[in-house]
Amino acid sequence: MEFLSYLISGISLGSVYAIIALGYTMVYGIAKMLNFAHGDVIMVGGYISFCAMSYLELPGWLSVVLAMAVCTVLGVVIEGLAYKPLRQATSLAVLITAIGVSYFLQNAAQLIWGASPKGYTPLVPALNAKGEPNALQLFDGQLSIPYLSLLIMAVCIIVMVALTFFTGQTKLGKAMRACSEDKGAAQLMGINVNRTISVTFAIGSALAAVAGVLLCSFTTSLMPTTGSMPGIKAFTAAVFGGIGSIPGAFLGGILLGIIESLAKAYISTQLANAILFAVLIIVLLVRPSGLLGKYVPEKV
Amino acid sequence: MKKKNLAALLMAGTMCFSLLAGCSNSGGQTSNPPASDPGTQDSQPAVTDGPNGGTAGGTFKLGGIGPLTTDTAIYGKAAMNGAQIAVDEINALGGPIQFQLQPEDDQADPELGVNAYHKLLDDGAQIIVGSVTSGSGIAVSAETFADRVFTVTPSGSSVDVISGRDNTFQVCFTDPNQGTGSADYIAENLPGAKVAVIYRNDDAYSQGIRDTFVAEAQAKGIEIVDEGTFTKDTQTDFSVQLTSAQNKGADVLFLPIYYQPASVILAQAKQMNFAPTFFGVDGMDGILTVEGFDTSLAEGVMLLTPFSADAEDERTQSFVKKYNELHGETPNQFAADGYDAVYVIYEAIQAAGCTSDMSTADLCEALVKVMPTISVDGLTGQGMTWSATGEVSKAPMAVVIRDGVYVTP
Amino acid sequence: MKKLIGRIKGLKKTTKVDFATYLGVILAFVLFTVLRDRGLLNRSITGMLVPICAYIVMAVSLNLTVGILGELSLGHAGFMSVGAFSGVIAAQSLQAAVPSAPVRLAIAILVGALFAAVAGTIVGVPVLRLQGDYLAIVTLAFGEIIKELINCLLVGCDSRGLHIAFNITGNLTINDIGMEPGGMAIIKGAQGATGTTTIASFTAGFILIMLTLVIVLNLVRSRAGRAIMALRDNRIAAESVGINITKYKLMAFITSAALAGGAGALYGLNYSNLSASKFSFDTSILVLVYVVLGGLGRMWGSIIAAAVLYILPEALREFADYRMLVYAIVLILVMLATNNDQLKALAGRIIPKRKGVSSNG
Repeated sequence: MEFLSYLISGISLGSVYAIIALGYTMVYGIAKMLNFAHGDVIMVGGYISFCAMSYLELPGWLSVVLAMAVCTVLGVVIEGLAYKPLRQATSLAVLITAIGVSYFLQNAAQLIWGASPKGYTPLVPALNAKGEPNALQLFDGQLSIPYLSLLIMAVCIIVMVALTFFTGQTKLGKAMRACSEDKGAAQLMGINVNRTISVTFAIGSALAAVAGVLLCSFTTSLMPTTGSMPGIKAFTAAVFGGIGSIPGAFLGGILLGIIESLAKAYISTQLANAILFAVLIIVLLVRPSGLLGKYVPEKV
Repeated sequence: MKKKNLAALLMAGTMCFSLLAGCSNSGGQTSNPPASDPGTQDSQPAVTDGPNGGTAGGTFKLGGIGPLTTDTAIYGKAAMNGAQIAVDEINALGGPIQFQLQPEDDQADPELGVNAYHKLLDDGAQIIVGSVTSGSGIAVSAETFADRVFTVTPSGSSVDVISGRDNTFQVCFTDPNQGTGSADYIAENLPGAKVAVIYRNDDAYSQGIRDTFVAEAQAKGIEIVDEGTFTKDTQTDFSVQLTSAQNKGADVLFLPIYYQPASVILAQAKQMNFAPTFFGVDGMDGILTVEGFDTSLAEGVMLLTPFSADAEDERTQSFVKKYNELHGETPNQFAADGYDAVYVIYEAIQAAGCTSDMSTADLCEALVKVMPTISVDGLTGQGMTWSATGEVSKAPMAVVIRDGVYVTP
Repeated sequence: MKKLIGRIKGLKKTTKVDFATYLGVILAFVLFTVLRDRGLLNRSITGMLVPICAYIVMAVSLNLTVGILGELSLGHAGFMSVGAFSGVIAAQSLQAAVPSAPVRLAIAILVGALFAAVAGTIVGVPVLRLQGDYLAIVTLAFGEIIKELINCLLVGCDSRGLHIAFNITGNLTINDIGMEPGGMAIIKGAQGATGTTTIASFTAGFILIMLTLVIVLNLVRSRAGRAIMALRDNRIAAESVGINITKYKLMAFITSAALAGGAGALYGLNYSNLSASKFSFDTSILVLVYVVLGGLGRMWGSIIAAAVLYILPEALREFADYRMLVYAIVLILVMLATNNDQLKALAGRIIPKRKGVSSNG
């Protein structure tokens, strides 16, 4: 029973990582760039929804919509100003620019919202009206799964399925895949590569807003640096599952959460992160392109 | 290849700019350190009359060091804002002693702390208020000790900040002090408690308090049933540590951590239906001021804190009011520490009868001499006194949170 | 004299660039030493000399991995950390045995480089089998692991020698490692190395930079260096002409790690307090920024970029709260400007005859 409860807390943490990783992997898969600013877009999403709820007193769901709208615009603006001019540059140049954007967002957030942490009211409150924990009780209350965790998992699965469908079936999705395969050839086929990449960023940023709201609901706290560590963890998750692969990001995120939780419970809370990264290294040595990543043989 | 040329050009441009910036600094400030030679010659007689003679005066330049950006900025900004309020108050008195405070950012990093310190001396700072965090404070006080610059740290609570440095004085409690204080309090007031500890093991403050707490707890026979740790990178989820503490039957949870992770722990414990007595130290102060925090989660939390924004006395009330007006939030303990640090310097200067044209080294010697003799009433304690080693002596106050305010149990 | 000029003219372009680099570093050292000794340098600059030296060595060594070997490493600070802490341990524990500070510093830097080389080998052997972003994430992971492990390290020293404990459960303190009373604590877990005697000097930093340049530039210009660059440019072609991939990759990677270790030791002995959390992902990224802005594979670029970008946030202190925001904007603008085709064309027209210089230098 103890094991199960550790497992469940691992899965709920993992689904937070997974939903961030989905945005990461999507942008990586299509634009072939490591968007280190993704974590900070999440943070902005969190702040927007916080402001909507506490200053404008909007209901939770509306704050999510607003956060998605703002983040989408933000993502497109960032892409247009900072990344688009670097389309022909080396991937390292883009990486450094993304880091610059990340610094910019963090510091701008600190100037706008202050350095003090904010308490975030979760979308699903911790306690119900009767003052009991808002959780699904199983086995006579021995095992409790917070409804919030269930919500995060559900959103995560919906997003994954929707993204898989979108990239696999729709015209725009196919265009994205074409761009990811070969930008030049895609252009020759009449696909507007620039526009497609912008749309990718828009979708990735909207996802980041959702992830931000869920992350903040999970941690109940919000700071200008809220996004950076989950961002790195999600990047790790995306690589773990095979970067560029949508089901891979989901799987990677969930596994990462479980490993972290079990390592804390049974080995050492001290070294939880070290163990997590060690597992990652071992997996990558056995499967050099991640769990579900495609092995692309080099052509000579 | 063209790209490389351009990069070189830009580099050269930036280089020139920064060198110029550097030069203009040095140009403006060269008068500072050497000036002490002829300058002090003249003022020397005044100084000899000075001690306790009440001839103290002049504008003293205080250099503040603390994290003003990145994730620890909350502490640095609060301390510097508090210090600025004290400076304004003292200046408004119109007395002979006037202050000027220049805060510099160190991002809680020893390296940047030392850089900030050098910059402050270049700009003519005579006394250092800092560093706000221990990590940077240890490195900065090593430098100030070598250069003989009088240093008061508002909240650098590690023993290493003051150990072996006679010029550095703390306004806050040292970490061991808090650890033993908490253990003593629990032994006395919560007898038979089964204690679990959750602390941050990559943080000197948290680890330091935990170490002395555990040592004192063993001496007092308190049962520690579980210890959980976390790091900066894993402070978003505590369900594992909480489950473990709950399963081991802990009824007191000791949290020697800052209030941000503590707020997460409180929320998650509530969600798990785990309701021990939470016991915090001074880092917990501020939890009620977190915007949007559900204060009902903190109901019944006990903490040892030197400062309470809810205190009735006039001085605290006026400080809280001013802080609220200027910065739109309720000040926490760091702000009060920063405020007190300036008053400590003020009192010491008065007692030593220093004048602002003394060299920093003479100033330091004079102030170091009077520090063990003065007693200061501040926001964080009445009748604070200092040992020659730099440690403060004041009574910690145990409070419990009821309905979103501190009350004495 | 004419002969000499003639000989210099006859040198290869890359050799000229190399000599210019050495000369530039020496001139800068002489200039700053003279200025400092005359009291013309303000404290800020004087205080920054040693960390700048350390970061220059870091940047040059990372450039060997990223620019010459062509592999993205996001964990370079991990090697710096290993070097810093082993160097601090060496210097602190040898205080009685080696009274001379410069000698102790040299030993510490050597020890730091050695331990970092060992760490580099441990990391390098498995990691270099991977490629691209997968390699990047694994170096990141190693950097984080090293950080967490050092966080658990307790080291003290007394008359019986070193005492080392590994605090895996989090329940040990510095008092539990069995030191005699009066023993000296060197590393106290999360509190890091506190109370280090600071013995790092600008001269040592200069010597370390020169050594680094000699090692890196000679490696790059040697047969081995050409093999490494061949691997970078086309791995399969290089392999097909019989270049031993693992050997050359490891050679570059371990050299880079060892030099980072030396830089770490220099850095660690410049501050009386050092904690493992300093050497996080952020520091790795910072050094990577130096390398990219200085130009991949261009050592003199790394040197200038490290110095300028280190001073930049300090020079921006006037902006107070807006400092890091301005830094971020400058970073983005520089990246955009250096990759702008029109600007590049313009620059090419202004200085046309320098085209081709330092093509791979």
